[in-house]
Amino acid sequence: MTRGKAVEVFNVSKRFGDYQALDHVDFTIQENEFFTLLGPSGCGKTTLLRMIAGFETPSEGAIVLFGQEIDRLPAHKRHVNTVFQSYALFPHMTLAQNIAFGLENLGWDKPRREVRVAEMLELVHMTAFASRRPDQLSGGQRQRIALARALAPEPKVLLLDEPLSALDLKLRQAMRDELRALQRQTGITFIFVTHDQKEALDMSDRICVLGQGRVQQIGTPAEIYEEPENRFVADFIGETNFLDAEVIALDGARARIRTPLGLEFDAAQKGLSGPGPATLSLRPEKIGLQEQATGNVLTGTIRSRNYMGGYTHFVVETGGASLRVSRRNAVSQAESYAVGQEVRLGFRDESVRVLAR
Amino acid sequence: MSTAHNVRHYPGAGLVTWVFFLWLYAPIAVVIWLSFNENRLVSVWTGFSMKWYEAALSNRALLDALRVSLTVAVVATTIATLVALSAAMVLSRNETMRFRRLSETVVNLPLLLPEIVVAVASLILFSQLGFSNGMARLIVAHSAFCTPFAFLPIRARMQGMSRDYEEAAKDLYAAPFTAFRRVTLPLILPGVFAGAMLAFVISMDDFITSNLLATGGTTTLPVYIFGLIKQGTTPELNAISTLLIFASLIIATFALVLSARSMRRG
Ligand SMILES: Nc1ncnc2c1ncn2[C@@H]1O[C@H](COP(=O)(O)OP(=O)(O)O)[C@@H](O)[C@H]1O
Ligand SMILES: [Mg+2]
Repeated sequence: MTRGKAVEVFNVSKRFGDYQALDHVDFTIQENEFFTLLGPSGCGKTTLLRMIAGFETPSEGAIVLFGQEIDRLPAHKRHVNTVFQSYALFPHMTLAQNIAFGLENLGWDKPRREVRVAEMLELVHMTAFASRRPDQLSGGQRQRIALARALAPEPKVLLLDEPLSALDLKLRQAMRDELRALQRQTGITFIFVTHDQKEALDMSDRICVLGQGRVQQIGTPAEIYEEPENRFVADFIGETNFLDAEVIALDGARARIRTPLGLEFDAAQKGLSGPGPATLSLRPEKIGLQEQATGNVLTGTIRSRNYMGGYTHFVVETGGASLRVSRRNAVSQAESYAVGQEVRLGFRDESVRVLAR
Repeated sequence: MSTAHNVRHYPGAGLVTWVFFLWLYAPIAVVIWLSFNENRLVSVWTGFSMKWYEAALSNRALLDALRVSLTVAVVATTIATLVALSAAMVLSRNETMRFRRLSETVVNLPLLLPEIVVAVASLILFSQLGFSNGMARLIVAHSAFCTPFAFLPIRARMQGMSRDYEEAAKDLYAAPFTAFRRVTLPLILPGVFAGAMLAFVISMDDFITSNLLATGGTTTLPVYIFGLIKQGTTPELNAISTLLIFASLIIATFALVLSARSMRRG
């Protein structure tokens, strides 16, 4: 299947006074894609979304929607809809009126509107609530109506600004699955904003990691997690151990490194230009303990143990470095490693990512 | 708020409250009581009577003054509210506007200037311009000093309203005016209503400006009542006052119910 380009963001910068909120952001979103903007609070995610929706204008650069430059198109003429973080349901209208609002503005006639509103209520399982007002709904129900209202006018692109952040944990998980299913079902391009890396990994086709107003990395969830391109991404997505190391030889994407722990091996690198100091990123679940210790093997002492249910997290001290190790509790054996115990630990070369310091 | 001190628990709070209400409402109670006095002399009670109400309601001059007051108040309120609404829209939705603080001060200035100064200035200006229609003079002047009173509640409501609603409307393809009519206006309506009520009451109540600008045939109610007092207080005056008190109560109740209702929806 060949897919067209839905949204192209060309070198967009945004300044508020002296403050640089976005700095030369550049990416392309494919049609039919579930694309996530992920980054810590204040990194400019909302600002970027608002520029696509038409509520802010870029200080520099351009945004193209389905081949059409939209910089001069006001918000109400862009065929893009938004699910607001606050939902922004109109409190003086019933849910049905809320959903019909966009359709009226587009000039749909009444019978067609009614069919579509019923369809949308059905889609989000809220048919029984058509004549209620927003203040009579729970957070989860409001979120569904906001979604239905934004989907009703059949937008080409749906923008979602942290739509799940106001929901409780259980509901959030259910809504993740529902949103994902909805995106597949409708085939609409979703641009989803979140600061929650788990949410992003779980739902997205591709993730754009934003940090300090810049694109840090764009890739599939697996690429972002397994092959982070810099320290920021490795740190922000999931947990990791950073270890100082020395690159002694560089050959394209591979580096020969020496660690203070006394190991020397080859590993994949990103962002280095020559021998010198570097950082290793090593995920806690990629370090094996005792009989699972393979590859580069060390010995260490367990300093702490946190039982997390499915996993147990250990901190193991080895040669002056503290390593976080997480071990799946497949059998209850993980429980048996005690604080103070000497253990063997090991990791394979492929588990290590060499990054600029 | 459970840790906050409840003022009611301070010693003497009850007493102070009662003294306060007595001080506020005793004169009003006396006026209402005396309006039913049969005797012409205020100080002598000779029995219950409704005759002063009859006299008041068949007094042509009084009814004319009431008509003038209502006309001026309704027209001035409408103008002031529209001006205030526009000003509030511009001032609270345009952060980057130049001279924003200055503009806001200009709108609110009539609140700070002594009314007598503005009234005299208006009188001089109108004379210079040869603007002599009494009713029109009153309407222009009232619209001007009522505007800040209408502005403040609208502005407050506007600032309390999340901008998300307007953006959501535009996101859903509403052109700017449609967004205003169908979303912004209904949501700030309680503020608009409160502003209009305030403007109306201020206009009805005004004495200084109306007294200076009024010409023959455009005597407002407060100016007329003042004229009556100069001839000495009469039970008829008490009856008029009592009627005004009840009219105000009815309007205030009505306003309260309406705004409570739209608040609940907003
Ligand atoms: N209208 C504005 N005026 C000034 N600064 C703003 C404005 N909007 C956003 N910012 C600033 O830009 C930065 C990015 O904001 P935002 O896009 O909301 O971040 P995010 O959604 O990633 O949390 C923040 O530091 C914020 O304070
Ligand atoms: Mg945000």
